[in-house]
Amino acid sequence: MGLYDFMFYYLAAVAVITALLAVSRPNPVHAVLFLVPCFFHVAGIFVLLQAEFLAVIQILVPAGALMVLYLFVVFLFNLHEIKGTRATHRQAALAGIVAAAIVILLVVLAVNSLFPVPFPEQAQGMAADNTAAVGGELFTKFLFPFELASLVLLAVMFGAMVLARREDSE
Amino acid sequence: MISLTHYLILSAILFTIGVTGVLMRRNVIIILLSVELMLTAVNLNFVAFSHYVNNPVGQVFVFFVMTVAAAETALGLAIVIALFRNLETVNVDEINQMKG
Repeated sequence: MGLYDFMFYYLAAVAVITALLAVSRPNPVHAVLFLVPCFFHVAGIFVLLQAEFLAVIQILVPAGALMVLYLFVVFLFNLHEIKGTRATHRQAALAGIVAAAIVILLVVLAVNSLFPVPFPEQAQGMAADNTAAVGGELFTKFLFPFELASLVLLAVMFGAMVLARREDSE
Repeated sequence: MISLTHYLILSAILFTIGVTGVLMRRNVIIILLSVELMLTAVNLNFVAFSHYVNNPVGQVFVFFVMTVAAAETALGLAIVIALFRNLETVNVDEINQMKG
């Protein structure tokens, strides 16, 4: 087993375990904190797939900014009343069956798919400079969606401010 | 030897953990976290296929998915704050009325 295989199994195992802990901890603070190492290891898998730019973005945006946002909101609430009550929904048993069905379906589809086993050799092209390749596509072919994304973020900024504003401050 | 199938299976497992979190948990913040996990699993699929077909367009799409994920988180958490201010709860099975 080479270093690549070992790194893949390590990153995949830690990502799955921390994701499981994140959705199963009763305390929301623990859930948010377990999702941070999960996203870090997914970023490591992006590096294995030679997507270095997205690996850095994965650490900066979902693992950094968004988790800090979640933590701020969790700290804003009074968690004492949430403690002690059950953490799972009434439909938990049914949800477990549905989730098992989904994972079996997806794994069977992935195993029986027509993709040949090894990755093709990545000697040239995008492997040389990943950031330049992604940026080249983003600012030429996908310039309009890129500008649209900035408009979406602007609308979300105003929307979040209006939604979270106190009513009695008028 | 690690193949595309390994990445697809890992992505399927992460996605299903997210689905389980959305369906099982009562806390709406953890439900939003699980949606985040599902989007990450989809991103993993995009990057794996982008590597497989040797084309960076898949990574451009992941960039847009991350933008939408950030927007979803900001708006979702703003709604949760407004909800908690009005109803004093973040449990989805207690939020059962349209009128605040």
